[in-house]
Amino acid sequence: MDVRAQVSMVFHLDKCIGCHTCSIACKNIWTDRKGAEYMWWNNVETKPGTGYPTLWEDQNKYKGGWVLKNGEPRLRATDKLRGFANIFFNPYLPSLDDYYEPWTYRYEDLFDAPEGDDQPTARPISLVTGQPVNIDAGPNWDDDLSGSPVYAENDINLEGLSAQEKEQLFELERIMFFYLPRICNHCLNPGCIGACPAGAVYKRGEDGIVLISQEKCRGWRFCISGCPYKKAYYNWNAGKSEKCILCFPRLESGWPPACFHSCVGRIRYLGVVLYDADQIHDTLKTRDEDLVEAHRRIILDPFDPNVIAAARQNGIADDWIESAQKSPVYKFVKVWQIAFPLHIEFRTLPMLFYVPPLTPVVANVKGGNFDVVQDDILNSIDNARAPIRYLANMFSAGNEEVLKRGLRKMYAVRYYMRLKTVGDVSEAMVTQMLRSANMTAEEAEDIYRMTTIPTFQERFIIPPYTREYTAELFEHPYDYKARTGFGVRKSFTRRGA
Amino acid sequence: MVTDLVLLGIFPYVAIALAIIVALYRRHSDQYTYSSLSSQFLESNKLFFGSVPWHYGIVTILIGHIIGFLIPRGVMAWNGVPLRLYILEVVALTLGLMSLFGLVVLIIRRMSDARVMAVTSKMDVLLLLLLILQAFTGVYTAMFYRWGTAWYVSAAAPYLWSIVLFSPKVGYVAQLPIMTKIHIINAWALFAIFPFSRLIHLVSLPIGYLTRQYQVVWWNRRDFQAQYELAKSNPTAYSKQVTPMGVNVNTLGKGYRSISG
Repeated sequence: MDVRAQVSMVFHLDKCIGCHTCSIACKNIWTDRKGAEYMWWNNVETKPGTGYPTLWEDQNKYKGGWVLKNGEPRLRATDKLRGFANIFFNPYLPSLDDYYEPWTYRYEDLFDAPEGDDQPTARPISLVTGQPVNIDAGPNWDDDLSGSPVYAENDINLEGLSAQEKEQLFELERIMFFYLPRICNHCLNPGCIGACPAGAVYKRGEDGIVLISQEKCRGWRFCISGCPYKKAYYNWNAGKSEKCILCFPRLESGWPPACFHSCVGRIRYLGVVLYDADQIHDTLKTRDEDLVEAHRRIILDPFDPNVIAAARQNGIADDWIESAQKSPVYKFVKVWQIAFPLHIEFRTLPMLFYVPPLTPVVANVKGGNFDVVQDDILNSIDNARAPIRYLANMFSAGNEEVLKRGLRKMYAVRYYMRLKTVGDVSEAMVTQMLRSANMTAEEAEDIYRMTTIPTFQERFIIPPYTREYTAELFEHPYDYKARTGFGVRKSFTRRGA
Repeated sequence: MVTDLVLLGIFPYVAIALAIIVALYRRHSDQYTYSSLSSQFLESNKLFFGSVPWHYGIVTILIGHIIGFLIPRGVMAWNGVPLRLYILEVVALTLGLMSLFGLVVLIIRRMSDARVMAVTSKMDVLLLLLLILQAFTGVYTAMFYRWGTAWYVSAAAPYLWSIVLFSPKVGYVAQLPIMTKIHIINAWALFAIFPFSRLIHLVSLPIGYLTRQYQVVWWNRRDFQAQYELAKSNPTAYSKQVTPMGVNVNTLGKGYRSISG
């Protein structure tokens, strides 16, 4: 057993209101630079939809992630030999147009335009070329556009849905959609690291955050192909790849990442989980449909004395183990099992988990009258507006049963609380729901508390990084000791232009 | 005569010295820029038809030049049979035309695409001018001065050896046609601007990828702990240690310590 710690995340999709506050918080801190304007380390997509970059989930197009070849995990886009053969031209690199051409407006024209018959306008200009540009795509161009033939219908997760289900999904007045916020998953088996020829992408052993060393990066761009989530980005101005850093400078000072902190819907949870690195390789060889459960098995019980002993032996501090015991992520993923990884079939073992949305039919129009649905609650999972097949394609590699077990719990919690607070449902029904979800009333209470009224301190259990040791992550303190002064500062933006 | 001596006898040393010293200095002081600035993200379609023939062509041709320099007798022996000489000549010329074609595509692409132009520096333009001159004079020599692979080993190879052995004998190449002489002098010019330009990516080939495991984990604290304990228990041994990645403690790259799955 090789116990390691990972700062891990849960997003509760039922609570996401699609406000993009997370994206803006991130943008303002990290990607408001030349060459990075088009990057959204955090973005929010409308589902069904094609996402950002367009159709990123379609690995026939982008060749991201890992596949099993002769029972062994292999990168889809590259390997050691292909990496060299394709080093002069990366065949699976998305281009700027797969994202969008970033632009601004020539605001000064509003003030400087000569007097004339027409109002002056601020024309959009490209942030790459500085030339006027016709805007035909942007970030979130498909925001809220479910039902559109351009975006929603091309969602690859609709695969396997019957024609009738698809038709229902896009029928006017029945359209269903939900939001999918995405950041880097800080995977256990990252495709970006595996694909990087320069060895510049790495996982921090202490907390599992995946980073790209800007000094070692040589701009080969294979991390971008290797990541199936397209969460590594190429800075065309600096010639370097960049990605979400999980705001590690904030974490190290005891604050949650900016996107977590600013989340209006309070959908985000963060905490440490302990995992067994020895099991990763075997897990990767599991069949698609068993992957969700195999992934859960890697995550260890932080209360188990054997795990604690092995963790200590690996140099994990006691306060980190304690932090793992309090972790909301551990509860969501391992105890309650209501949070699922996004596209586990890409086999990168993502460490960001999603509580899938419930989309119950709450009312029907019958004979011209509005009718509240009450009778068919127990079957609401199968009759939900989001077909279970669709959700399973996203969150459980097509395994509907494992997903239904989570959804049953979520429904049971709702009706359990409805019985307690409103009292208009029968106790027998709620008891039956709890039983079929295989859960106790206490568990329902716990889930209710953590999903509806958690405090800031309950949502974010940030392990004690002990600020005084932070310097050592960048500089060897014993080397640093002999040196004085501040050294020579180098500009990081002199490339390009 | 004096011009020959300066350009073929003295300039090579300036160029080689610049190439070695500046490249090492840049490696140490500014590893961040030790690469080419890829523009594939901005324009991908034309790049394929430029970059692939250019690189595969020029890399093979360069290797050919180096083989002729290292084992001139071997090449002479190969060329002893006319058929083998024809094969070598045809292959070399094809590769030369391939790289010339690729380079022309690359230049047209860079000049015609506004996005790529936005990331083009003056040094890039200078480099492209030198490269197109080099490729053109090379192909010209191959086409109009027959059996270049044969006389390369008896004229250019001894000249190159005389440079390497610090007794420059310009006479070996002084009588060559002007196009070929431009080719040689321009080659030294390319040496000279190599460390100042994007050509530096020649020496950033990621060989380590072949032998390393796919997953890379950097342990910062574990190593710190070990160092701390060593410093406590055996200060002499600690102080005699060499820093893991050399002397440049300013780079993040120093953290590259252990790899495991």
